[in-house]
Amino acid sequence: MPRLARWYIKAGLVYLVLALLVGVLLQARTVIDLPGWAGRLQPVYLHLLIVGWITQLIIGVAYWMFPKFTREQPRGSETLGWLTFGLINAGLALRTIAEPQAGDLGWVLAVSAVLQVIAGWLFVINTWARVKER
Amino acid sequence: MPRLSVWMVRTALLYLGVGFTIGGLLLFNKGVYIDAAIWRLRPVHAEIALIGWTLQLALGVAFWILPRLTRTERYGRTWLAWSGYGLLNAGVLLLAAARWNNGPAELTLAGRVLELLAVAAFAVYLWPRVKPFGK
Ligand code: HEM
Repeated sequence: MPRLARWYIKAGLVYLVLALLVGVLLQARTVIDLPGWAGRLQPVYLHLLIVGWITQLIIGVAYWMFPKFTREQPRGSETLGWLTFGLINAGLALRTIAEPQAGDLGWVLAVSAVLQVIAGWLFVINTWARVKER
Repeated sequence: MPRLSVWMVRTALLYLGVGFTIGGLLLFNKGVYIDAAIWRLRPVHAEIALIGWTLQLALGVAFWILPRLTRTERYGRTWLAWSGYGLLNAGVLLLAAARWNNGPAELTLAGRVLELLAVAAFAVYLWPRVKPFGK
């Protein structure tokens, strides 16, 4: 398994655990008193799970197992792959921090949004030509 | 990768790009306000990202990777799977259009029915391919 795929999958596992931890917090609110930010974790929970875990697992496995691009560049551009990895994880981490802060960190959310959108399209671009018949 | 998988995975990739872009708009707008109307894209975002990207990718990869039927039959009744592809995307596009502006409930219902028929066609198609290799 190539190094980049391992990073995606391990980052995915970290987000999976984090997501379920946030899920516990969301539920704990109904039993014990937690600060206000805990009440705004619902979209964080959802996206840690879907973007952090599921989408990163897909990206990692796709990078590893999709048909080879060329003999010289079997997995497309490795640079683009790493760039995507950095952007999607930075974007998601910023979202996790800023979204529960009720407006105080609005610009951080905006930055997070831009990073993730770029990451998404870079993955599409780098993967497109590997999706092919023999 | 067989042709249907190429179509499904590439369509899924397009939905990923569009779904992330709409999600990015929502998130940006949540942090730095642009326009209240952007919020109406939330159900569109969810539909495209969940069904258009995640589900379609999974089905497309299943068509590629599951054991073939037999050496002669190979992929079997591919018309069923192609119908599933068409129905699924008709459903997603209809729902995206219908839910954006709180369109008529009948359109949303029609979209849901299309998606149901799509996954039913796919389930029936994939059923015999879930088996040991080489049998
Ligand atoms: C595979 C990727 C994704 C999936 C499956 C997904 C799914 C969803 C779902 C189901 C909702 C809830 C919609 C509702 O309650 O009506 C949602 C909301 C949202 N999504 Fe995503 N999403 C994805 C990626 C993203 C990305 C990359 C971003 C940002 C860059 C994003 C930003 C948002 C925002 C801002 C909301 C609204 C949050 C709120 O209610 O305050 N999503 N998404």
